[in-house]
Amino acid sequence: MIENVEEIEKIARLIRRDILETARDCKVGVHVGGNLTLAEIMAVLFFGIARLDPQNPKWDDRDRIILSKGHGNLALSSAMARLGYFPLSELKNFDTFNSMLSMHIDKHRMPGVEISSGSLGHGLSVAVGTALGGKIDLTDWKVFCIISDGELMEGSTWEAILNAAQNHLDNLTVVVDRNRFTIDGSTEENMALEPLVKKMEAFNWKVIEVDGHNIDQLMKAFLANSFSKKPKMIIANTIKGRGVPALEDTPGSHFLKIKPEDVKEALDNLNKEAELME
Amino acid sequence: MDTINSTNMFIGLSSREAFGKIITQLGEQNNKVVALTADLTNSVKLNEFKARFPTRFFNFGVAEQNMMGAAAGFTLAGKIPFACTYAAFSSMRACEQVRTDIAYNDLPVKIVSTHGGFSFGIAGATHHALEDVGIFRGIPGMTVLVPADAIETAAIMRAIVNIPGPFYVRLSRVKEKTVYFQNFEYKIGSPDLLQEGNDIVLIAMGAQVGETLEAARLLLEDGISAGVMNVSTIKPMNEKAVVSILNKYTMAMTVEEHNIINGLGSAISELIAAYHVDIKFMRHGLRDIFTTSGLYPDLLKYYHLDAQGIKETAIKFLEKSL
Repeated sequence: MIENVEEIEKIARLIRRDILETARDCKVGVHVGGNLTLAEIMAVLFFGIARLDPQNPKWDDRDRIILSKGHGNLALSSAMARLGYFPLSELKNFDTFNSMLSMHIDKHRMPGVEISSGSLGHGLSVAVGTALGGKIDLTDWKVFCIISDGELMEGSTWEAILNAAQNHLDNLTVVVDRNRFTIDGSTEENMALEPLVKKMEAFNWKVIEVDGHNIDQLMKAFLANSFSKKPKMIIANTIKGRGVPALEDTPGSHFLKIKPEDVKEALDNLNKEAELME
Repeated sequence: MDTINSTNMFIGLSSREAFGKIITQLGEQNNKVVALTADLTNSVKLNEFKARFPTRFFNFGVAEQNMMGAAAGFTLAGKIPFACTYAAFSSMRACEQVRTDIAYNDLPVKIVSTHGGFSFGIAGATHHALEDVGIFRGIPGMTVLVPADAIETAAIMRAIVNIPGPFYVRLSRVKEKTVYFQNFEYKIGSPDLLQEGNDIVLIAMGAQVGETLEAARLLLEDGISAGVMNVSTIKPMNEKAVVSILNKYTMAMTVEEHNIINGLGSAISELIAAYHVDIKFMRHGLRDIFTTSGLYPDLLKYYHLDAQGIKETAIKFLEKSL
């Protein structure tokens, strides 16, 4: 487990680089925007917070990480590879025939991942069931679930939100990738979610709003205790397409075959940032 | 377990009441067993389990999708979840959670559904499940079981509790006619030829097995000798065993409280086609319609699925085939 913020920032840059290079090298389009939102969240969760053993992925006492937004598998794949679940070289085969790593998660092909996902609005229910199961045995492992803000438009997500509060699931932390876009555009124009913090507080959750690209804020939010026996929701305000100037904060960043020059610009910026920081 | 006492314990119960008893026994034997329902504790007969194991009982409120997704999640905590609601809701309201969260991940979830067919008669088509077997049968890796009565329900539950992978068990609401009087070890896939006959074999599942046995007795009064086969495993069927029985007959009729499309009749007709079985065949059940409401016995009669209706349908089939 890494506690140093700068070290985790380095890892987040590596994850962002993996996403960009894989997007560039894939023969087909990928979910660029909604993976670039996740670099910092994945870096913090996998390297700074969760209790995991890549050598023993079925370890009973592991923390369970459930990526409900299965189209974030590029970011997840990078984080898991860099932690040692499988070779980083597998990213080179992303989205090829029968590959270990693909657009959405297939548990049968991807070693160490908890559950397959892709269809929206499923993961939070799975996470709630896992957290309820953990509570029976008074286990100390935790459940982390990453959902997209678009998944808050699915009714099943709200069924799970009600249930988690009802059962005082303080062993459950949900991260909302609040990038404010779904495929068809702005969440607030198409199916408004605001005021999200107030809504979630009214649903009896402990809510922490952070800059989803700020490692320090994310770390503190994950580590904050929920003395109130409430499930925790970290609303991570993110920028869709973060790091690619041409794509940032645009609905067009959702799924595309990224231009090589846009990747080059983003990688150059990352290198400059790294030089400044390191 | 005392076989004779256990047998007595289940006789006279409906399949769902038998489920309530056996799930409590299984909970006693294995502390990984957890029971889930969505605001239907009494309907799915989980009261006893809830009272005995309050920390392993979970009521999800009126939220079947969340219950099925959570059932998948319980397995990540090493539990053996039994997710229980009406057949109409497990198969349709929560279908994607069943298919994607449970089956796609090949997780050991037992989906136990009561109120199969039109057994919740007065509730009408919203609460009748006449598509469920077809829906579950089409999900890869899903084992589909439809016990005939209380004793077969208990046998099935004992057989599946420790087997990995997803299961769908369809129970009725009503007390089925008793078919089995002794506890037995259930073999998944094997058909049970309850009685042999010369003129036709009647193939049934669930509550229709008892009705069909009764129909066979009525047919015999008219001089017609009918065999009766209970096919309680709809998938994966022991195909060769079913085909070897079919091969002994010149005529076969399936009987099901289900749409004749995609249910037992479809499963058997697939075998007949695949194995080139030379047999005259008919499917009897709901003929692609939405059902009306009424008391269960009245519905059975109206849709010719009581013993008399099955008998008359078989006779028409026999006469037409002469």
